[in-house]
Amino acid sequence: MIGAAALALVVAIVLMLVRALSGPTLYDRVLAVNSIGTKIVLLLGVLGFLTGRPDFLDISLLYALINFVATIAVLKFFRYRSFQVPLLRRSRGRKS
Amino acid sequence: MNELLAILLNVKPVIGAALCLTGGVLALIGTIGVLRFPDFYTRLHAASVTDTSALTIALIGMALMAPSWLIVFKLAAIWAFFFLTGPTSSHALANAAHTAGVEPLIGERARSRGRGSSS
Amino acid sequence: MVSFLGLVAVLGGLWLGLSGHYTPLITWLGALSVILSSVLAVRLRTLDADSAPFAALPRIVVYWVWLMVEIIKANWVVIKACLRANLDINPALVKVKTACESDLAKTTFANSITLTPGTVSVLLEGDKILVHALYEEGAQPEAFDKMDRLSKWAVDVRGAA
Repeated sequence: MIGAAALALVVAIVLMLVRALSGPTLYDRVLAVNSIGTKIVLLLGVLGFLTGRPDFLDISLLYALINFVATIAVLKFFRYRSFQVPLLRRSRGRKS
Repeated sequence: MNELLAILLNVKPVIGAALCLTGGVLALIGTIGVLRFPDFYTRLHAASVTDTSALTIALIGMALMAPSWLIVFKLAAIWAFFFLTGPTSSHALANAAHTAGVEPLIGERARSRGRGSSS
Repeated sequence: MVSFLGLVAVLGGLWLGLSGHYTPLITWLGALSVILSSVLAVRLRTLDADSAPFAALPRIVVYWVWLMVEIIKANWVVIKACLRANLDINPALVKVKTACESDLAKTTFANSITLTPGTVSVLLEGDKILVHALYEEGAQPEAFDKMDRLSKWAVDVRGAA
């Protein structure tokens, strides 16, 4: 049954890849890549349980972190065409 | 009472695997939605099914199969992380598309275009 | 100071939970990294009442539970929309006014809207949020009233001040 879950996730990833390749706009592609990342996090966990090595969860946690940062970085790059623009907090002169 | 506990312990991994399968199927449904929906903003809604329900159900399933509490904690960390950052990246996507001038399809037009390009 | 100690506690708990190895050397290294991260957070000035709302934690938990129920309900609607043979979606852009005052409360409200499938917050301007919804009927401004009030109640500690 876990194998079936992994299979469903693989099929979902392949279908999402179709959207990533055919997406009419850039944002469709970024959305597809982000969604593939979510599914891969699940797939890594499921594979870990399938092979009886739940240590895979560390990798999937790391993948979740990188996935989020990558999405934001790509969006920032295509908005400003540069990574050199600071994403500033509004300065309010208030400290901790 | 002990027999009941033993039955529960035997049944727990099966329920966990079933929940994992449910999560996988939900991810598949979300993907089908992403492929079918007509424009970017509606696809975002379909993708958020994967981000919320599929993730939650699959992680609960894995937690039921977990051999130790450490694994459950890791699963909870993944879940909390996704629920804190998922909406942020969704909003960043929607906001970037809106700033770049991607126009959403409104009302009936979306329906007719969706039927035309549903493959 | 409360937020600093809270950060140390959260980071320490996270380290203890993720590590799984508790020999003295590794524990010391973990404690060192926790302290280093906390000091760096203070030096970067990323730590204030908004980024560490420990005072409102119990109410946030209550809000979270309520939000989960809402998410499950909204998920069902979107799943049906994905699987129906003919696409009967009716997307709309709606402007929602929020009563939240602090940045954190506004963020919580907008993120809650995004987290519920079927609605995505697109633009946040002052106290108005532009929301894209999958079904126009389900996204009248009144539909967000309860979420708005609850997120103000849960997070807006300084809203009255």
